Amino acid sequence: MAGAGGGGNDIQWCFSQVKGAVDDDVAEADIISTVEFNHSGELLATGDKGGRVVIFQQEQENKTKSHSRGEYNVYSTFQSHEPEFDYLKSLEIEEKINKIRWLPQKNAAQFLLSTNDKTIKLWKISERDKRPEGYNLKEEDGRYRDPTTVTTLRVPVFRPMDLMVEASPRRIFANAHTYHINSISINSDYETYLSADDLRINLWHLEITDRSFNIVDIKPANMEELTEVITATEFHPNSCSTFVYSSSKGTIRLCDMRASALCDRHSKLFEEPEDPSNRSFFSEIISSISDVKFSHSGRYMMTRDYLSVKIWDLNMENRPVETYQVHEYLRSKLCSLYENDCIFDKFECCWNGSDSVVMTGSYNNFFRMFDRNTKRDITLEASRENNKPRTVLKPRKVCASGKRKKDEISVDSLDFNKKILHTAWHPKENIIAVATTNNLYIFQDKVN
Amino acid sequence: MGLSVLIPVFQDTQEKEAVLPERAEEAKLKAKYPNLGQKPGGSDFLMKRLQKGQKYFDSGDYNMAKAKMKNKQLPSVGADKNLVTGDHIPTPQDLPQRKSSLVTSKLAGLDIMSGQRPLLPAECKITAATACPTRPSCSLAKP
Repeated sequence: MAGAGGGGNDIQWCFSQVKGAVDDDVAEADIISTVEFNHSGELLATGDKGGRVVIFQQEQENKTKSHSRGEYNVYSTFQSHEPEFDYLKSLEIEEKINKIRWLPQKNAAQFLLSTNDKTIKLWKISERDKRPEGYNLKEEDGRYRDPTTVTTLRVPVFRPMDLMVEASPRRIFANAHTYHINSISINSDYETYLSADDLRINLWHLEITDRSFNIVDIKPANMEELTEVITATEFHPNSCSTFVYSSSKGTIRLCDMRASALCDRHSKLFEEPEDPSNRSFFSEIISSISDVKFSHSGRYMMTRDYLSVKIWDLNMENRPVETYQVHEYLRSKLCSLYENDCIFDKFECCWNGSDSVVMTGSYNNFFRMFDRNTKRDITLEASRENNKPRTVLKPRKVCASGKRKKDEISVDSLDFNKKILHTAWHPKENIIAVATTNNLYIFQDKVN
Repeated sequence: MGLSVLIPVFQDTQEKEAVLPERAEEAKLKAKYPNLGQKPGGSDFLMKRLQKGQKYFDSGDYNMAKAKMKNKQLPSVGADKNLVTGDHIPTPQDLPQRKSSLVTSKLAGLDIMSGQRPLLPAECKITAATACPTRPSCSLAKP
């Protein structure tokens, strides 16, 4: 797969589609909270703050329109989670979908896990394109016939009908998390999965809803001694007994379930040493890892903290092998970012299918890509201004200080309300899905 | 002359330069909020994070506040002291309106680019198919 951007043989990214309302007045329920391609890339799921899931399906490639790949159109939409109320604690449980993870396809139906703060659900999405006709006792509209009028018998047959896509909840995994679920991850055995909240990680079997095993518990006996929380977790893509979890202190722990039932003791601890003289009030906050993702190969993992993306080699614990600055110019704005709470924004990151490029979001509806081979990076913007299909996106540049060149944007003009927290990369193609607050953008590489 | 003396000073400044913006920001923050806790990113942040979520009113708290009772005689569970609550006990009047009924996501609406594509008739069926009752969860998980 080609590189991130720039000239030469690198990719040129083009606008393809945008989904969602145009108006600036964004209803809270429409805020997109997660984006995920399925394993083939044919389906793209989004979850929002209103607890709804929308699934888009890529159209079959049109031979006449050879200049673009299939478009993504709505395939199914359903209400995954509803707002609930915890009477014991007088707390509302948000219906916001925190994560969606697809299961690999085993039969005609598609399955995904979606979770809010407290409950994980397994949804089955199936197609129905035929229906039985010719019942003996019922009319076509369902009314029962008068049995005395039945004089012959016939065998009902299946006849084609308009495609109907049905979503039904198959399993509800509830009541296992006291704190807020931040991640779910399906094991490579396709039978079990992890769910993590701030202090605990549980292992589930997809078939069993009334039980889960607690495999990590970092809750201190005395809550006043609490120093860090779990921020994300993921199973290794190939090794079914290995998983990692990241913390608010910028560390990643790799655990092996074969070592013991309770994985409180890590097998590996990934931490970049910090020069104590560089420490400031903000150090710990900006080192908190908001996302961790294994590479497809399983050899590397990527972490996202507030200002950077780091690539770690699983064989080396003492420092990352690559570090990419996402928006270093924000370091001199930390005070105001703390005051407006932006410093706590949780950005996600993703790999492309060949693990050669990584992508993450930023502010002002900018998103960044880093090519690990060429070491080049690019900043692009998700905006309705570039609305025409096959319009090549123009790279953006932020001017940190001093004289602002033409076409550059100064740090002070950045809109911190326009954040891109969720992005996803098609597992095989150069197609990316980028979520702004309430819109979903789809970009593709230029195909000639 | 002073060349050999200049170099160590230059290196020192260069080191500090990298951290300077962060330190300058920290100074700004401390100037605005002199009472900011000594432990950055410590317990207070985390406790606040663990309690994320709209706290509705607790009728117990509310009634006790109304009666102006002191809390001293209540057993103090360890975590309570660190609970980050608002300045006052919410009253029924303070509560935000309950969420309006749920509608279809705008992402599933008419797609500008692909032209007129009606909503799948299946969507109506879908809400019926999701009738898997979930009772409001009463936290039985370990505290």
